[in-house]
Amino acid sequence: MSFRAQPLIRFEARIEVGHRPGILDPQGGVIERALPALGYGNVSHVRVGKSIRLAVEAPDEAAARAQVEEMCRRLLANPVIEDFSIEIFSAETV
Amino acid sequence: MSTRVGVVQFPGTNCEQDVAWAVKVLGGESEMLWHGDATVGTADAVVIAGGFAHGDYLRTGAIARFSPVMDAVAEFARAGGPVVGICNGFQVLCEAGLLAGALQKNAGLKFRCETVELRVETTATVLTRTAKTGQILRIPINHFEGNFVCDEATLKGLQENEQIVLRYVDNPNGSLDDIAGICNEGRNVVGLMPHPERASEAILGSDDGAVLLRSLL
Repeated sequence: MSFRAQPLIRFEARIEVGHRPGILDPQGGVIERALPALGYGNVSHVRVGKSIRLAVEAPDEAAARAQVEEMCRRLLANPVIEDFSIEIFSAETV
Repeated sequence: MSTRVGVVQFPGTNCEQDVAWAVKVLGGESEMLWHGDATVGTADAVVIAGGFAHGDYLRTGAIARFSPVMDAVAEFARAGGPVVGICNGFQVLCEAGLLAGALQKNAGLKFRCETVELRVETTATVLTRTAKTGQILRIPINHFEGNFVCDEATLKGLQENEQIVLRYVDNPNGSLDDIAGICNEGRNVVGLMPHPERASEAILGSDDGAVLLRSLL
């Protein structure tokens, strides 16, 4: 059995944090009411969230994703009011 | 011997001197508890004062929860010690999991800074034991993120266990069930958005806040 350390790959994580369904999004509401004033009367379901990007080094994409999910649960999002989604890109494709 | 109130101070806290002054006026003693020290010192009660702890970066209270002092506050609370979070302090206690729910942006997207009327819903807490149930208190609010939210099961639990401590008479921020303040199941941890320390002397326009702070002393 080899004890050689697995090489780490650099990934970029793009995280979106938004309101959980049913949680009032006052900023989304204001934007939704403002857009018709510019003639965009066909807009609905406006939601405002946060975008967080970070680089993470991990042996593979699954490990990177698992770690970023943990970061979201522990700090980046508040599960009482927020949902999150994660996209992982390998550094080459970023 | 007078009660010693430890007032937690994070970078960005800005109401700690007001709390210390109010405690002094009401006959207690206070000491500042710096966020970087993992101790509540010799405090008999802890107040997490208002302000913008750690700039409120990411979310209100999200970073403050990781300050070393919060481990000591959590341990103090677990042992039954009285802990009160005012405004930003309430937000910190929610993020730290010492209180249920969360505080989000006011429904009207306005920073509300005015004196409001509050109704005392229970006197069985460390902050309301010298008040009367149903008593109306005039105390200022000063916040952008005071809109209390939680899931339905949590709200039901708060209602059934009488953990809703204070309600707004005229809801200024969209808070669920008009909630202005709640407590934990042990009733020794209380969070509230209004600032009782700013209504602790008649010269401030109201001394109704003294009714609450006196309960701590």
